[in-house]
Amino acid sequence: MMPHDHHDHLSPSGHPYRKDNDEPLTYWQCMEIAMRELLIEKGVTTATEIASQIDTMDARSPANGAAVVARAWVDPAFKARLLENASRASREMGFDIGTLRLIALENTEDIHNVVVCTLCSCYPRNLLGLPPDWYKTRAYRSRVVKEPRKVLAEFGLELPAETTVRVHDSTADMRYIVIPVRPDGTENMTEEELAELVSRDSMIGTGIAKLPS
Amino acid sequence: MKQNDGRRWHDMGGQAAGPVPKEDHDFALWEKRIDALMVLCSAKGHFTVDGLRRALEDMGEDAFETMSYYERWVASLNQNLVEAGVYTPTELGERMEEIATRGETYGEAAHG
Repeated sequence: MMPHDHHDHLSPSGHPYRKDNDEPLTYWQCMEIAMRELLIEKGVTTATEIASQIDTMDARSPANGAAVVARAWVDPAFKARLLENASRASREMGFDIGTLRLIALENTEDIHNVVVCTLCSCYPRNLLGLPPDWYKTRAYRSRVVKEPRKVLAEFGLELPAETTVRVHDSTADMRYIVIPVRPDGTENMTEEELAELVSRDSMIGTGIAKLPS
Repeated sequence: MKQNDGRRWHDMGGQAAGPVPKEDHDFALWEKRIDALMVLCSAKGHFTVDGLRRALEDMGEDAFETMSYYERWVASLNQNLVEAGVYTPTELGERMEEIATRGETYGEAAHG
């Protein structure tokens, strides 16, 4: 998808290749290039379409999920719709959820929810972007369903003994997002300010919302 | 967890494991590209996410331990595309040989 007229270490944009591009070509990277070129030549896709899909994914970040959570914090009617059907409520805000069934889980003073995919790496990528590496590890997938409190403690989250912990196992067709508890002392904050408090991990359940500074 | 409890290797829930490693990395261009190809090829009906998962699971535990996440996706996507008749293994192999002559780095071999 780029011109074939350079043999130095600058990309066509004039920037140095990122580190990964400068390292020796691996077998699997070579296969990726071959697959991509064949798919383009056979008319399955185009270089533009691939670049556009990458841009779409790059634009997805936990900020999207945070906007949904902040809306739920300030708008009880929206929160009710989000808990009823998170796919539809997220689409209301203009987010592309695709065909996935998205389920919002509300944390309360008594209940803390946490999300995993024990079988694979299913994640609400349309709202949070691509999952962090640890989400895909054997350690997280194996342990969080059996000893969630210990795993959460490794993330620095020590829950009171009386808190109920619910672990939700995702599937390819069904994804979860946690609505963290709105912190105290945020009554006068705007929706945009509130969204800043909503971290990625608070929407996975391995963290809680940040306190206002 | 017993080895013979009827579950396959990828069904990890509840098994013993070590601490959760917290390191993360920014995705490289080739990783983003393979993710994009998976989304596009499934949107165009060449395979389903279930097909992706089947190939990943059939690759076995050894692949899980020795290959990176998106390396496994490359292998799985390739298997599904070959099965769907999108291209042949011969076409892929010949192209890979040609690509390897272009340069030593990903940037050179991918022409950007």
